[in-house]
Amino acid sequence: MASDAQDTPSSLPHRHLLDLSDYSAGDIRLILDTAREFRSVLDRPIKKVPTLQGTTVANMFFEPSTRTKLSFGLAAGRLSAETISFSKSGSSVKKGETLRDTAENILAMKCDMVVIRHSSPGAPHYLSRVTDAVLVNAGDGAHAHPTQALLDVLTMSEHIDTFDGLHVSIIGDITHSRVARSNIQALRTLGAEVTLCGPRTMIPPQIEHLGVHVTHHLDEALDRSDIVMALRIQLERQDEGLFPSLREYHDRFGITTEHMEAHPDLLVMHPGPVNRGVELAHDVVDHERAIILSQVTNGVAVRMAVLYLLAPGRQTDAAE
Amino acid sequence: MEPDDRIKAQLMTERDLGRTLDRMAQQIIELTDPDVEEAGDAFALVGMQTRGVYLARRLADRIRTQEDIDLPVGVLDVTMYRDDVRLRLNQPQIRETRIPVDLTGRHVVLVDDVAYTGRTARSALDALMDLGRPASVRFLVIVDRGHRELPIASDIVGRRVPTLPGEEVRVRLREIDDREGVWLVETPHPRGQSTETD
Repeated sequence: MASDAQDTPSSLPHRHLLDLSDYSAGDIRLILDTAREFRSVLDRPIKKVPTLQGTTVANMFFEPSTRTKLSFGLAAGRLSAETISFSKSGSSVKKGETLRDTAENILAMKCDMVVIRHSSPGAPHYLSRVTDAVLVNAGDGAHAHPTQALLDVLTMSEHIDTFDGLHVSIIGDITHSRVARSNIQALRTLGAEVTLCGPRTMIPPQIEHLGVHVTHHLDEALDRSDIVMALRIQLERQDEGLFPSLREYHDRFGITTEHMEAHPDLLVMHPGPVNRGVELAHDVVDHERAIILSQVTNGVAVRMAVLYLLAPGRQTDAAE
Repeated sequence: MEPDDRIKAQLMTERDLGRTLDRMAQQIIELTDPDVEEAGDAFALVGMQTRGVYLARRLADRIRTQEDIDLPVGVLDVTMYRDDVRLRLNQPQIRETRIPVDLTGRHVVLVDDVAYTGRTARSALDALMDLGRPASVRFLVIVDRGHRELPIASDIVGRRVPTLPGEEVRVRLREIDDREGVWLVETPHPRGQSTETD
């Protein structure tokens, strides 16, 4: 996708990446442009550049995560930053230490940047107010997952010319999805149209205020879509009465090979991990128009771009 | 030209720049002898972002016209390899790197507009080594203004111009600038010793 250089800043005018609400289209385009260049590094024989030598990144994951944690760790490593890793299990959090104390102890080890995943919405915002480190939100409760949205729009941009007028449908549990929330922000900022689709129990009331269209009929969503993004059904929510059964959910909201045949240009995305046979039929996961693995690769490139653009300097440009 | 620049001298007119590029193209052709027929497989021009890219393309055009030799042209951005990233408040924008051929075993002519501290050239050498293992690398610049901080020499030079630290050299090309030529300017905000003029 060609970016509009006139609207793209030459550097990121933000200290943290907490969510995308205050990121302009130009800011997002700068991240995507930077990520594309880092993406090409990942295709080289030597997949490492010395860019962030001397920077230390703390990966603080207070919530289970596999791919996001691996992706951030790899991104920091590819930039030659040093990383320290923290997981809630087996840590002093179990002994009653507060989030602020845990963070301050880790920062006392002289970390420059903190990547944080936490089950409480706003945890990264809170830490940004009480510590000096640069904060990157790797998912906070149902609130935001900005790097997931950025990697999603980067992946879309590889297949389209412009976001203007692009139609994207997000299918599933919108209420509990930080991915959906951040994607809506990114896509609306870039000029795309967004349709949300799922059972009534999974769509928050009055979410149309975000400038999205809502439907409870998958066919209606697919008819208007260039790209469809299925969200992972959290199997533990089966007991909450949000939907009768996984089979019924699949029958009403699962994307099947018949859907793919009926919409020959439709691209399918999924933030992973996929419940095969629930959100997507088994064959759809492996379909040539399913671009799920590109999302994973682009995740590393986007996180490299975010770490690079937010990495703190020691002095101002004016002092150079 | 930057708004605050005070022009001290014009070092090259558009015509001078054209003649300089003609001469440099000849010097590159001389490097490719005696196996001129296979030069396209053995050599490559790599232009450093931003103006080095346009200069490399112009040199390739001249070599094609003069000797019917088609040399591949690569585009290199060294931002990822710069040693001053941690010194800056805002990170410099990363631009495109695109090398259309395998550099391993090739003779590379690295093209930039101005040679100054040598730090950008050092970054370029690091980047080239990560992209392949060239048989040799030669450094071509339109103006070498001195003040090296590293032991890096220019091999093909349009003009050597002794300068003062507060001065800067501006190479301007019609592809991206509103004028064409080379100027020596005095700027109230010199970028200091750690960065080159471009």
